[in-house]
Amino acid sequence: MNGVNAAALAVFLALFAVVTAIGFVASRWRQGDLDQLHEWGLGGRRFGTLVTWFLLGGDLYTAYTFMAVPALVFGAGALGFFALPYTVIAYPLVLVVMPRMWCVTHKRGYITAADFVRGRFDSGALALAVAVTGILATMPYIGLQLVGIQVVLGALGIQGDLPLLIAFLILAVYTYQSGLRAPALIAVVKDAIIYVTVIAAVAVVPMKLGGFAQIFAAVPPQKLLLAAPKAGSLGQYASYPTLALGSACALFLYPHSMTGVLSSSGRAAIRRNTAMLPAYSFLLALIALLGYMALAAGVDKNPAYAAGFQRYGTNFAVPALFLDSFPGWFAGFAFASIAIGALVPAAIMSIAAANLFTRNIYREYVRPGCGHKEEATAAKVASLVVKFGALVFILYVPQKYAIDMQLLGGVWILQTLPAVVVGLYTRRLHRWGVLAGWAVGMGLGSWMMWKMDFKSVYPLHLGGLTVPGYAALWALVANFVVAVLATLAFDAAGADKGADRTEASDYA
Amino acid sequence: MARDSRTTSNSPSWLWYLLLLPPFVGMLWVPFYNRLEPSIGGVPFFYWYQFAWIGVSVVLTTIVYFGTRDAEP
Repeated sequence: MNGVNAAALAVFLALFAVVTAIGFVASRWRQGDLDQLHEWGLGGRRFGTLVTWFLLGGDLYTAYTFMAVPALVFGAGALGFFALPYTVIAYPLVLVVMPRMWCVTHKRGYITAADFVRGRFDSGALALAVAVTGILATMPYIGLQLVGIQVVLGALGIQGDLPLLIAFLILAVYTYQSGLRAPALIAVVKDAIIYVTVIAAVAVVPMKLGGFAQIFAAVPPQKLLLAAPKAGSLGQYASYPTLALGSACALFLYPHSMTGVLSSSGRAAIRRNTAMLPAYSFLLALIALLGYMALAAGVDKNPAYAAGFQRYGTNFAVPALFLDSFPGWFAGFAFASIAIGALVPAAIMSIAAANLFTRNIYREYVRPGCGHKEEATAAKVASLVVKFGALVFILYVPQKYAIDMQLLGGVWILQTLPAVVVGLYTRRLHRWGVLAGWAVGMGLGSWMMWKMDFKSVYPLHLGGLTVPGYAALWALVANFVVAVLATLAFDAAGADKGADRTEASDYA
Repeated sequence: MARDSRTTSNSPSWLWYLLLLPPFVGMLWVPFYNRLEPSIGGVPFFYWYQFAWIGVSVVLTTIVYFGTRDAEP
C-alpha cells in the first residue's frame, strides 16, 4: 500500500483497455437487430455450447465470489468451503430443470422467469412478485461487484472514487450499446486471465511456502475441520450442508443465471454445460485454498498490508497474497482478472434486471402494448438506472449493508422456487396459494435474518434439538407448506385457477 | 413429449437421472468427511474428498447426458 505500483498499474490499464474495446465491438458480433429485446437482452438466443460455457462461467463465478470465498476461508476456515458442495450439487439440478425452462421460454418467446410464471399461472400478481424479487436480489449483488473493483484499485494504490466511477461509466455505455453480446465476448478474455492467474498462484505460492503440507500445517487446527456437534445441537453439521443445498437451489433462480441459460441456442448446449461448468468449480476450490495460502504467508501480520486489511477487512487477503507472491507486473495481471471478473457479471446482472423491469413491470403496467423498439429502449435505460443505483449504494451506504442486502437477496430469490421450478412440472398448486407461500417465505426469511443480525444461519429449535440451518431453506419449507395448504383451501372454495397459456408440448 | 419410435431403449430414460443422486448424499452428509485422516501429501481428507467429488459428479453428469440424449427432440 505504499503508493502506486507502476508496472502493476500499466498491465492493469492495458488489459482494461482491451476489454473496453471488445465491449464496443461486441455489438457487431453475430449481428442482430438490437432494437429487439431478445436481441439486446438475450443475444438473440444464439450462443452455442462454448460461448454459453464462458458466459455462465463469467456470470456465476463473480469477482465478489473470488474475493469473498477465500476471505471466508481465511477468516473462518473449513466453513468457507461450503462453496464446494454447493457447486457440485448445483449442476445436477440444472441438468434436470433448465433444459425444460429453455424449451418453454423459447417456444413462447419468454425472456424472463416472470414471463413464464405469467403465462403458466395466468397471474399478473405472481409474475410481479417473481420479477420484483429478482430485481431486489440482483441490485446489491451488482453493488458487491463494485466492491471487488474497489479492493483491487486500493491494492494498486489508487485512491478516491473517481477511477471506480470511470470504470463503471465505460461498462454502462457498452452494455447500453451492445447488450448481452458485450459480457459474452468479454467473458472469454476474463476467464482466460482468471485461469492463468489461479494456475500461477497455485503453482508459485505453495513453492514459496514449502508445499501444500506446510500450508495446511500453518492453519490453526480448529479451523481445519467443521466443529463437531455439541449435545443438543447439530452445529456446523447442519449449517454447512443447508448452506450448500440452499445456495445450489437458489443459483439458477437468480435473474442473471436465468438470462445466461435462456440466451443459449438450444437445450443440448445447456445439458452439455452441466458437465463442463464444474471446471469452474475446480477453479473456485483452488481459489478457496488461496485463503489458507494467505494465512500461511502471514499477510495479515505484514505491516505493508495493515492499511489494506483495515480498510477492506478479510477481502484484502487475496490481493495481499498476490502483492506478496508475484512480481509487480503479474500482480497487475491478477488484479485485472478480478476487476474484469467484476464487469462481466455486473453487466449481465444489470441486463437481467432490465429485462425483468421492462417485460414484467413496464410493458405490463406502465405502457401495455408498447412496440419492440420502445421495449428495447426501456430495457437499455433501465440497465443504466440499475447500475447507477448500485454505484450510489456502494459509494454512500456502509459496505456492511450491501453485504447484508446480498445475503438477504439469496434468501428472497429462493422463495420464487415454487412458482418457477415447481411450475415447470405441475399446475397443481393454485396461483394464489403460490403467492401466499411466497409472501410467507419472504416474511419469515427476512425475519430470521433480522433476528440473527443478518447472518444466514438461523438456529431452529425442534424439541430439545437445535438445528442451525440456512434461513433461506427454512423459509422455503414454510413457503411450500403454506402453498399446499392454501391450494387445498382455494380448490375447496372453487377459486378460479386461471388458464394455462403453455401446452405440454412446449416443455420438450 | 410423446415417446416416439426413436426412443427404443428398454429402460425408461428417467432411470438415468438416478445417477445424479450420489453427489447429494456424498456432499450433504458431513459426518462422511469431516476428518483429517487419511490425508494425501499433507492435504487433509476433508479437502481432497470434496475436490474428488467434482470429478465424480462430472463423470456422472456426463453419463446421464449421453444416456438421455436420444430422448432429445
